[in-house]
Amino acid sequence: MAKLVSLADGVAHLVRDGDVVALEGFTHLIPFAAGHEIIRQGRQDLTLVRMTPDVIYDQLIGAGCARRLVFSWGGNPGVGSLHRFRDAVQHSWPRPLELEEHSHAGMANRYVAGASGLPFAVLRGYTGTDLPRHTANIRPITCPFTGETLTAVPALRPDVTVVHAQRADRDGNVQMWGITGVQKEAVLAAHRSLVTVEEIVDELEPVPGQVILPGWAITAVAEVPGGAHPSYAHGYSVRDNDFYRSWDAVSRHRDTFRAWLDQHVHQAGAAA
Amino acid sequence: MAGWTADEMMTVAAARQLRDGIACFVGIGLPSTAANLARATHAPNLVLIYESGCLGAKPDRLPLSIGDGVLADTADAVVSVPEVFNYWLQPGRIDVGFLGAAQLDRYGNINTTVVGGDYDAPKVRLPGAGGAPEIAASCGEVVVIVRQDLRTFTERVDFVTSVGYGSGPGDRERLGLRGGGPRVVITDLGVLEPDPVTCELTLTRLHPGVTREQARAATGWDLAVAEGLTTGEPPTARELAVLRALEATKSDGRRP
Repeated sequence: MAKLVSLADGVAHLVRDGDVVALEGFTHLIPFAAGHEIIRQGRQDLTLVRMTPDVIYDQLIGAGCARRLVFSWGGNPGVGSLHRFRDAVQHSWPRPLELEEHSHAGMANRYVAGASGLPFAVLRGYTGTDLPRHTANIRPITCPFTGETLTAVPALRPDVTVVHAQRADRDGNVQMWGITGVQKEAVLAAHRSLVTVEEIVDELEPVPGQVILPGWAITAVAEVPGGAHPSYAHGYSVRDNDFYRSWDAVSRHRDTFRAWLDQHVHQAGAAA
Repeated sequence: MAGWTADEMMTVAAARQLRDGIACFVGIGLPSTAANLARATHAPNLVLIYESGCLGAKPDRLPLSIGDGVLADTADAVVSVPEVFNYWLQPGRIDVGFLGAAQLDRYGNINTTVVGGDYDAPKVRLPGAGGAPEIAASCGEVVVIVRQDLRTFTERVDFVTSVGYGSGPGDRERLGLRGGGPRVVITDLGVLEPDPVTCELTLTRLHPGVTREQARAATGWDLAVAEGLTTGEPPTARELAVLRALEATKSDGRRP
């Protein structure tokens, strides 16, 4: 049964230096508050896993938490490049960042394999691209039934997956709806999991299109209202597109980024 | 002075490529703008599919990201990300893939990964693949929308993120790619289509006011020009009005 914890305690107990950590949420329900808590607690040498390492991983990378990134698309959606990610790749600032690069289809299937208890996933993908030349974790495989050559990618098994959802009940059963991305697979693929939610309620009212993660499949739940901002929680908030646009200027230079981090992550945590 | 910009002409020309009733896998940015313009004009039954899992989205304003709430609110179905790639894209259920590019070569291969230097020490690190490799492989056909200049239209792409025709005729079949590949490339100068024999992108249409010399000068290879080169129709008043109204909604991602 999931334990109900504070965000600080959840991160302190579940996210450790050197871990393989997946923070998922496909544009919607991105666990920003948990990412900020990881920065505040000074986690180091993380392997960060995420299909779309957008602004949240730009912040973790710029803060120096990451050693390695496993991903399929690293940009600021609809705005442009991630400057902290680029600075790390092009200039090793604040430290070198190793990359393991995939496509979305490959990453999604890697989580499915992890959630399914399989060593790898099979897909029609990557063929003819330069990705297999640089990513050792993309291999051809022959179908034993048809002889056709397909592509295999290994299962993802994060040490810990962190996601954000709309609601949980007091037993830690989690309910999410709207665009639910790859969160279910990422949670079930992980050894440990932390779910932040907008609110904890006595009873989960059914919602069309909902995904339920039973409390017994989750390690811990923390109530963090607004914990997805500047991403959003369908039914609770809307995407703060102005923040995503403004991030381009904030993140472009190291000093403006550091000032932002200090004010909005470190000092915000001290005030809380 | 024409009463429209080159970008507007490009978006209108791209929208015209989308037939009513087909299913279209839409990337964010120019493809999303063009697909929504098509749906608001000649193709009201165009099925928009976003990789966030929104099938049949009918946004009344342009989303900034592929996961804005308006896409989920208006979709026929919202499915998981593994499902959109495995059940919908991979089996070939989607007619058209609509892609942008940072670099494009004469065989329609696309780079959105790294430019310059080598992979481990690139001059410019771009966002990477996202859904594009499998969109380019598995959709019935691909429409590319991209501004035409020497930096983008290169003899060879620095990295093949998404395969067009590889190194020429027969490559897609050899690789086992089941979709048809790039059918048309829409730029701010005109329209390029693959030669039916050589698969090489060939200039087949110019936008009004553009010369073939301009298009060739903006291309990093010796751009072939079709014998029957034509000039396209300028944007209609309605196309422009709808496009500008859509663009005006982009500044506000919030609910009306």
